[in-house]
Amino acid sequence: MTPPPREPEERIEHPDLVVVPDGPLLVRGAASIQDAEGRVHEVVRPVVALCRCDKSSRLPWCDGTHKVIPR
Amino acid sequence: MMCPKPRGVLSEWVFDLLRELPERDAWRPGAAPTADGQEDAAIALWALHELSYGGFEDVDDRAEWEPAVLAVRRDLEDELESRLRERWAAYPSRTTPSPEEVPAALEALVAEDDGPSLADLVRRTADRDQVLELLRQRSVYHLKESDPATWVVPRLPVRAKAALMELQYDEYGDGDPNRLHSHMFARGLTAVGLRPEYGAYVDDALLETLEMNNAVSLLGLHRRLRGAAMGHLAAFEMTSSLPSRKMVQGLERLELGGAMAAYYDEHVEADAIHEQLALRDICGTLAEDEPDQSEDILFGAFTALDQECRFATRMLEVWDVAS
Ligand code: FES
Repeated sequence: MTPPPREPEERIEHPDLVVVPDGPLLVRGAASIQDAEGRVHEVVRPVVALCRCDKSSRLPWCDGTHKVIPR
Repeated sequence: MMCPKPRGVLSEWVFDLLRELPERDAWRPGAAPTADGQEDAAIALWALHELSYGGFEDVDDRAEWEPAVLAVRRDLEDELESRLRERWAAYPSRTTPSPEEVPAALEALVAEDDGPSLADLVRRTADRDQVLELLRQRSVYHLKESDPATWVVPRLPVRAKAALMELQYDEYGDGDPNRLHSHMFARGLTAVGLRPEYGAYVDDALLETLEMNNAVSLLGLHRRLRGAAMGHLAAFEMTSSLPSRKMVQGLERLELGGAMAAYYDEHVEADAIHEQLALRDICGTLAEDEPDQSEDILFGAFTALDQECRFATRMLEVWDVAS
């Protein structure tokens, strides 16, 4: 059975920067990112995940390593 | 692609029917024979689903919606779905989360997953032939990677729909055909000396490979199963980036780097993003907007993990490695 339609909302929250708890920072709509060494990385995706735990094997991007770090 | 090789009386019956359509379109084929076993049923269902993807050179395109064909497909799908649901029902740590708890419940389910890791073996010890065999099995899905989830797009509420498109856009290369994931895998197959054509290794597909493919097609093709399809997607993405990195290391160790390593390399970064989108923006909002989907989201995620575990266990047997 189809659920009843939701009331259309005025404006759905859709932030450009999203902090994932114990995870990366999601960044929407960036064209380039400068890392801690000053290197500039071109962005080709609509969303990227920037590592916040500093343990990624491919900084500045998150590679999922944060999940195996004991908290 | 031509119809695959039959693996028993049922698949033979189904493939004959497919090849004889539409000449036999007024023909009522009567009841299909009972399958000779799970592989027979699985290859039959795989081919029936394939009619909705790329079809076969030796089958009329209209076969996809032929009632006699749909009747067999439905029986096989019902059988598969009940098997998958029974496995979920038997899972000891099964939970029924409230809609708000869905993302956390998905994370817990993935964290508990303790199936064998093929990527670990590829990284450390697998030899070249073993890795090539794994890639042949993986090719059955990776050459149509993401396609089953695309069927779900029109069936989702606003927020989940936008998020799924954000994810799929990246899966499909962000507008660049060279970065389309299934195409990257095809180039990888060529680079390691395997056949890149879609469906090239279906006749070698293990039962577990076929079932894994049939499950994801089943979830993608039925609007009723949209929650399960999105849960499946989430679990898939959540268990991809770290193993993909190990695959890159293993491929390089075996001097199979290049285009195939590039495919896995792309997944390290992409799936670290996709897992966040799938978990919160797709599954989380879907559960909030359609609370009755919550349990199926978990069922779909469990199915993805369980199928990978069964596949990995079987591959270890094929590789003759004790788990
Ligand atoms: S935040 Fe994901 S690897 Fe650092």
